[in-house]
Amino acid sequence: MLFRAEITIKIKNGMLDPEAATIKKALKHLGYECRSVKQAAVFELEFEADSRQHATDLAQEMCQRLLANPIIHDYNVVLV
Amino acid sequence: MKIAILRFGGSNCDLDVQKALNNLGVCAELVWYKEALEGFDGAIIPGGFSYGDYLRAGAIAARTKIMQSVEEMASDGKPILGICNGAQILSESHLVPGTFTLNQYPKFICKWVNLLKIGRSPFTTLSSEVVQLPIAHKEGRYVVPPELLQELYENDQVVFKYVDDKGRPTSAVNPNGSQDNIAAVSNLEKNVLAMMPHPERASEKLLGSVDGNAIFESMIRHINSL
Repeated sequence: MLFRAEITIKIKNGMLDPEAATIKKALKHLGYECRSVKQAAVFELEFEADSRQHATDLAQEMCQRLLANPIIHDYNVVLV
Repeated sequence: MKIAILRFGGSNCDLDVQKALNNLGVCAELVWYKEALEGFDGAIIPGGFSYGDYLRAGAIAARTKIMQSVEEMASDGKPILGICNGAQILSESHLVPGTFTLNQYPKFICKWVNLLKIGRSPFTTLSSEVVQLPIAHKEGRYVVPPELLQELYENDQVVFKYVDDKGRPTSAVNPNGSQDNIAAVSNLEKNVLAMMPHPERASEKLLGSVDGNAIFESMIRHINSL
């Protein structure tokens, strides 16, 4: 079966995110005061799997083995 | 003695490292990542921008087959040195603890830094206490979980720190926001070293410093002692 997964990778809460901090400043220059800004990478994957569970497991594995760095990232997998 | 210098698409300090080793009379062979890594006494992963730093610096190169051979060399006790992008590749390969990520101030930094030698490493036996080497990176901020940091000190795995001209690791001279000013870190066995500064860019008087040679000379001496 063909599955579509949407994977979001974010810097862990409480960890320094220099790009987000710079974006927050740029928004301020435009007159938008944001209490916080976070940015994330979103991957949309299409792949074959035997079942929904298998698809979730594969997507998790892809995060652990390449897409995320567990030292600095949290990730979330949603099958769509 | 034969030392391998790995090349990925985007490596760009490979020839500089080769020249530095040749200057010291050592045979250094360039090895393209699709070739076999066999018959070498040690390996160096040079700096550059492997795979355009896509995803994270070093992330793609770390998942190539040749890195399995590097891992085997490391478990055989052979010395492996990763410089800059090479250091990022070693951390992404989990051959050293922690990770090198985006600088605190997220821009590319290219400057000379003072480094203090910490602990004992086969890569620094011939090095002075404080050395001057250049850094050139955008993703060099060393991050390690707090519980691991203590272990690094207990196991003597911190090898260099960014310091001022008096050898003090102050926040003012921390160029990238690295945890505890850490610039270089090794594996538990000490034969794998990941360092952000570039010893090959300080290997001839003409370049402004020859402090980098001691890193390569120490590595060579270590190979001779094996």
